[in-house]
Amino acid sequence: MTNRIKDAFDKKQKNLLNIYFTAGYPRLHDTVPILKALSAAGADLIEIGMPFSDPLADGPVIQQSSTVALANGMNLRVLFEQLRGIRQDVPETPILLMGYLNPVMQFGVDNFCREAAAAGADGIILPDLPLDDYVEQYQDIFRRHNLRPVFLITPQTAPERIRRIDELTDSFLYLVSGPGTTGGANTQAEGVQEAYFQRIEAMHLRNPRLIGFGISDRASFQRACQYAEGAIIGSALIRALDGVDDAPAAASQFVSSVLK
Amino acid sequence: MIPTYQQPTERGYYGQFGGAFIPEMLYPNVEELRQQYLDILADPGFQQEYQQLLRDYVGRPTPLFEAKRLSAKYNTRIYLKREDLCHTGAHKVNNTVGQILLAKRLGKTRIIAETGAGQHGVATATVCALMGMQCIVYMGEVDMERQKPNVYRMRLLGAEVRAAMSGSRTLKDATNEAIRDWISNPVDTHYIIGSVVGPHPYPDLVARLQAVISEEMRKQLLAKTGSELPQYVVACVGGGSNAAGAFYHFLEEPSVQLVAVEAAGHGVHSGHSAATSVLGTPGIIHGSRTLLMQDEDGQITEPYSISAGLDYPGIGPLHAFLADSKRARFISIEDEAALKAVAECSRLEGIIPALETAHALAALDQLGAGPDDVVVINLSGRGDKDLETYIKYADAIM
Ligand SMILES: Cc1ncc(COP(=O)(O)O)c(C=O)c1O
Repeated sequence: MTNRIKDAFDKKQKNLLNIYFTAGYPRLHDTVPILKALSAAGADLIEIGMPFSDPLADGPVIQQSSTVALANGMNLRVLFEQLRGIRQDVPETPILLMGYLNPVMQFGVDNFCREAAAAGADGIILPDLPLDDYVEQYQDIFRRHNLRPVFLITPQTAPERIRRIDELTDSFLYLVSGPGTTGGANTQAEGVQEAYFQRIEAMHLRNPRLIGFGISDRASFQRACQYAEGAIIGSALIRALDGVDDAPAAASQFVSSVLK
Repeated sequence: MIPTYQQPTERGYYGQFGGAFIPEMLYPNVEELRQQYLDILADPGFQQEYQQLLRDYVGRPTPLFEAKRLSAKYNTRIYLKREDLCHTGAHKVNNTVGQILLAKRLGKTRIIAETGAGQHGVATATVCALMGMQCIVYMGEVDMERQKPNVYRMRLLGAEVRAAMSGSRTLKDATNEAIRDWISNPVDTHYIIGSVVGPHPYPDLVARLQAVISEEMRKQLLAKTGSELPQYVVACVGGGSNAAGAFYHFLEEPSVQLVAVEAAGHGVHSGHSAATSVLGTPGIIHGSRTLLMQDEDGQITEPYSISAGLDYPGIGPLHAFLADSKRARFISIEDEAALKAVAECSRLEGIIPALETAHALAALDQLGAGPDDVVVINLSGRGDKDLETYIKYADAIM
């Protein structure tokens, strides 16, 4: 079955830019305008963060944006409502929903997948969803709705586990650049990160790879693109939305600054 | 293997509760621990070192004290398991002594911990000093204020105390920060979690390390009452480690009534409470599927209790299972009743209990225990750390 994520990687093999932003931030109804602006400015994939009260894998910037979004009244029902009809305006850019398992579980995984697919989403990223649970309980549901899971890989992930993850999806692999939560700076010694990226590259995996965590601007994006098909930027974009009057314009400007 | 109350399944489930819901960044560390903890705990070298430290450093066995004046007041036979007499003043050190030895065997050099009341932080800082390990403790800013003496104790012991500033700035948020630290330091760091919470294998690991409490109780009860089995075992539940330790060797003894006491704060339905077994629904917190306080969107709600150690929106998966299966009875106690119990225990027995422990004591009049029944209360900690609160509420207490 075709899927916009697959199509995006078929169309373009290098320098794919994936942008993460938090739904309902900075204001509740910024979600769709920001999404459109990101797509129009040239983002190749878009991840919409579903805010959670206790985002364990996130640094201060995404934590803060989640707190604001929740205070603004964002929840899954509102998000799906906002996304209704989005595929008329943004027909091709893959949309992934990223968040934590608990809100999805409370919504009901079946319900969630149905609504996500109906809203035009192509992939789901739930970093705290165990692989075994995915395979045993959710894989069939995801497939039924043509939603692709994306799993994370870190420098500590063992090779056989990487192979297993690679088998479990047809989308891309999310290469976490180094130890740390989202938005952190790279504190690794020279060469350590490169060796990790090269080690993964040499495994010749089925899926393309996008590097995320700590990518913040044009320079770090280009550097990451030397080792993978592209990269993911989240915290830096959210920082660029902080305190601005016109969030979609700021989002668009940010993407341009990375690409040109 | 048939799962029992004592033994979760291979994936860490007690009934429908438990498991390990963790991002990939934590997977290698948690998996390493899962693969090794049972072998390490069973290793004779480990056991020798652990038992020796429990005896010579912690001061175990702790006494089982017959509380005659409390017994007279409640017309039953009350025994206090004196965990308050452990080195550092609470049961928490049973776990940290075990986990620091485990961390050494895993080759870790840096220790992190979360703390609510500060007792687990102090117990962690203590064993880190003993072993010459770097120690960083995360503590909610609100808790740093209400448990100030413990902040100074940790610093005196050489630990760095980092304030958790997110959410309600209490135990949940300190735990979030500790987990984020572990994500950022995946190679050299061991996370000494302070209760029977977190991803598998932590709930089982901590329960096993606290099980010494009920192991001793059985021997002491036999000597003092002629039977290893009491009618009631009562303990307070924050995450549930002292209760897990006190219940452990009675879990498979159906004649023993297990009573878990939660903090009702200003009242169970006041909106300011931490009575998870009543207010909680199944969900995921800190890597474990358990009962937790959450809204209909699955956002975790902020708990409240006067007691920093009980101010947590979840309970360990073992306790969620004990509640769900009704193996344990859950009682919730409001702030004011806990404060009254502080005064009562102080004046009747000459023992000033911790605020957490006071919740267990305050449940005495709800047990329905008869004159011949034996009631063991796990006196999880002493009240020194809470003196400022006791002074502040002197009118309510006295
Ligand atoms: C004295 C004392 N009792 C009980 C608790 C609650 O923890 P747990 O439920 O894990 O025993 C604490 C926690 O800080 C404590 O200090």
